[in-house]
Amino acid sequence: MNIVIVGYGMAGSRLAAELHARGADHKVTVLGSEPHRAYNRIMLSTLLAGKIDEPDMELAEVAGQGVDVRTGIGVVGVDRTAREVRTDDGDRIRYDHLVLATGSRAVVPPLAGIDPADLPPRVVAFRTLDDCRRILAVARDARSVLVLGGGLLGLEAARGLAARGLDVTVVHPMGHLMERQLDPAAGAVLAGTLEELGVRTELAVAASGVDVDADEIRLRLTDGRTLAADLLVLSCGVRPETGLAAAAGLTVERGVVVDDRLRSSDPDISAIGDCAQHDGAVTGLVAPAWAQARVVAQVLTGEDPTARYRPRPPVTRLKAAGIDLAAMGDPTTGPGEELTFADPARGTYARLRIHQERLTGAILLGDNPSVGAVVQLFDRGGPVPVDRRALLLGRALGTTAAPAGSPALMPDATTVCQCNDVPKRALVACWRAGARTVDDVVAATRAGTGCGGCRDAVAGIVAWLSEADSVAVPR
Amino acid sequence: MTLRDSGDRVEVLPRQFPTNRGGLCQKGWTAAELLDHPDRLTTPLLRDPASGELRPASWEAALDRVAAGIHAVRAAHGRDAVAVFGGGGLTNEKAYALGKFARVALRTRNIDYNGRWCMSSAAAAGIRAFGIDRGLPFPLADLGRADTLLLVGANPAETMPPLMRHVTDQRERGGRLIVVDPRVTATARQADLHLQPLPGTDLAVANALLHIAVTEGLVDKAYVDARTTGFEEVRRTVAGYWPAEVERLSGVPVADLEETVRALADGSAIILTARGAEQHAKGVDTVSAFVNLALALGLPGRPGSGYGCLTGQGNGQGGREHGQKADQLPGYRKIDDPAARTHVAGVWGVDPDDLPGPGVPAYQLLDSLGMPGGPRALLVFGSNPVISAPRAARVTERLRGLDLLVVADFLLSETAALADVVLPVAQWAEEEGTMTNLEGRVLRRQALRPPPPGVRTDLDILAGLATRLTGTDAAFPTDPRTVFAELRRASAGGPADYAGVTWERIERDEGAFWPCPDPDGPDTPRLFADRFPTPDGRARFHPVSHRPAAEEVCAEYPLHFTTGRVLAQYQSGTQTRRVAALRKAAPRGFVELHPDLADRLDVEEGDELVVTSRRGELRAPARLSPAIRPDTVFAPFHWGGAARANSVTNDATDPVSGMPEFKICAVRVEKA
Repeated sequence: MNIVIVGYGMAGSRLAAELHARGADHKVTVLGSEPHRAYNRIMLSTLLAGKIDEPDMELAEVAGQGVDVRTGIGVVGVDRTAREVRTDDGDRIRYDHLVLATGSRAVVPPLAGIDPADLPPRVVAFRTLDDCRRILAVARDARSVLVLGGGLLGLEAARGLAARGLDVTVVHPMGHLMERQLDPAAGAVLAGTLEELGVRTELAVAASGVDVDADEIRLRLTDGRTLAADLLVLSCGVRPETGLAAAAGLTVERGVVVDDRLRSSDPDISAIGDCAQHDGAVTGLVAPAWAQARVVAQVLTGEDPTARYRPRPPVTRLKAAGIDLAAMGDPTTGPGEELTFADPARGTYARLRIHQERLTGAILLGDNPSVGAVVQLFDRGGPVPVDRRALLLGRALGTTAAPAGSPALMPDATTVCQCNDVPKRALVACWRAGARTVDDVVAATRAGTGCGGCRDAVAGIVAWLSEADSVAVPR
Repeated sequence: MTLRDSGDRVEVLPRQFPTNRGGLCQKGWTAAELLDHPDRLTTPLLRDPASGELRPASWEAALDRVAAGIHAVRAAHGRDAVAVFGGGGLTNEKAYALGKFARVALRTRNIDYNGRWCMSSAAAAGIRAFGIDRGLPFPLADLGRADTLLLVGANPAETMPPLMRHVTDQRERGGRLIVVDPRVTATARQADLHLQPLPGTDLAVANALLHIAVTEGLVDKAYVDARTTGFEEVRRTVAGYWPAEVERLSGVPVADLEETVRALADGSAIILTARGAEQHAKGVDTVSAFVNLALALGLPGRPGSGYGCLTGQGNGQGGREHGQKADQLPGYRKIDDPAARTHVAGVWGVDPDDLPGPGVPAYQLLDSLGMPGGPRALLVFGSNPVISAPRAARVTERLRGLDLLVVADFLLSETAALADVVLPVAQWAEEEGTMTNLEGRVLRRQALRPPPPGVRTDLDILAGLATRLTGTDAAFPTDPRTVFAELRRASAGGPADYAGVTWERIERDEGAFWPCPDPDGPDTPRLFADRFPTPDGRARFHPVSHRPAAEEVCAEYPLHFTTGRVLAQYQSGTQTRRVAALRKAAPRGFVELHPDLADRLDVEEGDELVVTSRRGELRAPARLSPAIRPDTVFAPFHWGGAARANSVTNDATDPVSGMPEFKICAVRVEKA
């Protein structure tokens, strides 16, 4: 069977790897329009921050191992009757099954003064490795940056550029940052955290136009102000890349409409990743794209013809030096109980919603040691802890040993030395039998002869006994 | 330890030695109680065909019965129909002799041992990366000087308490202890940072740690360039393990992952893995993931730093070096290597072509017993698979289906109780020999007194059987010192080279670290300082990917099940369950579960529980503890009968090491 994958981003490359891992005798051809090997898009903001080099973002690929990867090749058409794709270098490639993994492209908002199809060098959308290269080419000599869009991607770009020492301002038309994931209070705490990291925010104000000249850009705002900077980064959302599918006559809404097997309206064509619309939703996230790749590989190779894609509710995670944000579901509305904690001075905020013992939404911002447990409970739908404080303070709640109080208050049956199973009463009995030094007590009871971790406790009990004796025994 | 014979009984005294630094746990202190235990076997037992009972018999009758059984099976089914199952508690001399006996006297390819269920995954990963498998490539005391210590699936505070003296040292010097364990174990409680991943996700955690090392610029590029190969492919693989995704998979917060990597990259660091990382169907890859991390940070071979694995049995290291493994010849040689075959055959005085080829790993061997094409006779030395094998009920059925089961032990273990012939053997204080500890340090075992009347040593048994099977016992000396001298020659030139190790040297120098090729030359306390024992002298990165556990939770079996040890018991419990003080400290099996889970199941402390998997069930009382994740239950594996944890465990095995997936399967829990 000839499987052709259009797109060599995170979804397409993952599918190639999944097909290869199943070792079936399929011929797999991957056509990627970007000229480079597959890379992890999630690391782009780290690249912007200057902490890694381009090769560090490369993903493992299976080219040359029964998989034919052709990069720098665009697909210009799909002939569903002949079951062929046409490439921009004039080739025609036959498929038995075609998978569209064409991804999405950045939305360039209508701004007076720029042509979305031909952006000047100082105005760059933030989406691909090539975008990053363009940003970095300008950023090298820049001091200030404007980021238009205070969603997840925009903030990641802002944070990365601030880490380079640039003066960054985020302009966001809504009243608070990441309004799709955060409530206003969390948005305010996040803005405060960003401020400390050198990222200013201009909220509730839209951009109306851009003036560009050789040295700087000036962003005109709807409130009449103008902000000047060396570079303007656009992060105003993405749109599924569906042109090929639409031209081929497949059912397309916001994305290519697919069923639980990721099949489009043509059963010989699937779509995965950002370009696919499953159950009314397009995701724009990597985790679902990889889950979809797995299902397609399972079905196409016959490993599990009954495999079906079951979307998991997304978890939004913003993690960079100084920022730790996790948002999932909607904790602000709906039935059930609400759990909150706020320490805005330290940048910590938590709001969780629990319904029928399950977590239905959470925002965790700042130092929340429970974040791993909360993400997992939400993801797996597990029952929440009976003691709700564990959701704020972490799983370790109640497992740390109580601090050793006075030996006098320690129950006689308490095991002092675990290694040799020696209770306090055995140490007391040993003392009463005449042992007077720690060494004597250790030799007689073996307490402290294993890992040695209880030697201080044993010494403490001996000291207490000698004190108690000197008080209790009248002279 | 040191022993003292005080008239009618043996006393144990701690010994100041660099490894344990005078520490002994209760198992050590009470070990001598087994020497004169009333359950001690002092006569061979033969199963009476009429009554089905085991009856006392003479040694002549017992060995004749074994030889006759072997002859009959071989005549009907061929040489490979006789199999041998050894143990990681046997001395080097016995392990060596057993491997030789299988290849030379029985000429069967079917030999393996219980060490396969211990550290075989780390062994395979170590060989893959470093070209050699020595538990620790440095003395244990190095732990005390590391700035950061990362313990992965290791709980030495309960399984190897004297080791904690080095950890205490390390922390008192300002070092950081980081523990990766799904349970808040006694060791985890002492840690500065505890990562508590969902069972079966350690590999992804390790890949995420390396991902962070890359993104934070903490990779030791000079080391990677000069001393390793294959980093690029690993870097591309871990690029797919960004921390947020692994947090979601494992439940370990991104901030904790970051803190771990930063600590490991700041000063000297040692990464140790143990059963928690290794006992999975992806155990080798999991260990490789941590080895990759160690290599990327430039740890192996750097003074005070490195990667190591904690062994789990008395002679867990030496027992895996000299031919008990299905694919191995003495000196850690490969049985399919023509040069190795020629060398060892030369020492043994046989034609290399007469040596059998590689057999199959332990579980596969046991699962094939009595099946079409599988062995029909099995000789067991120093092992109790009825308790310790995964999917133990099935293994028990396989053992019952044999034509001949022979067990050499000093107590009537659950496996011995199924045998046709039971051979009583000497114990540790009654025999001479050597053991090799987790440091690769060869140590002496010294006899304090002779075995009781009626008891023979394993070497005596092999000689007696060789005479009956081959007409001569010339190839099977019964004096351990003579066997060791032959082992030295057989291992000479191999990875685990003992040629320069003599008993005198061991006694003089607090042991000798292999490789030690020359009696007058140095031994090797630290490996990898200049090169790795690979063909090009470089360590090898190996790209590895996470995959789900062999059995995932579902509506019918909604909880994860994991197994492990308790402080006062050891292995299958055959020995420790018979010591009164240990029985008092840990009287019976239990099921550990989180109070929240108990609440949902309406279970209270002490309630009898049934834990059921697709393979079987265990029954034991509930022990409530917030130290375990609410989605996971734990049971110790030391007990037989209804509380046998391995009735439940999964027999899926690692494709490289043959390690079974003891550490995770899917279960449901109900009140009995």
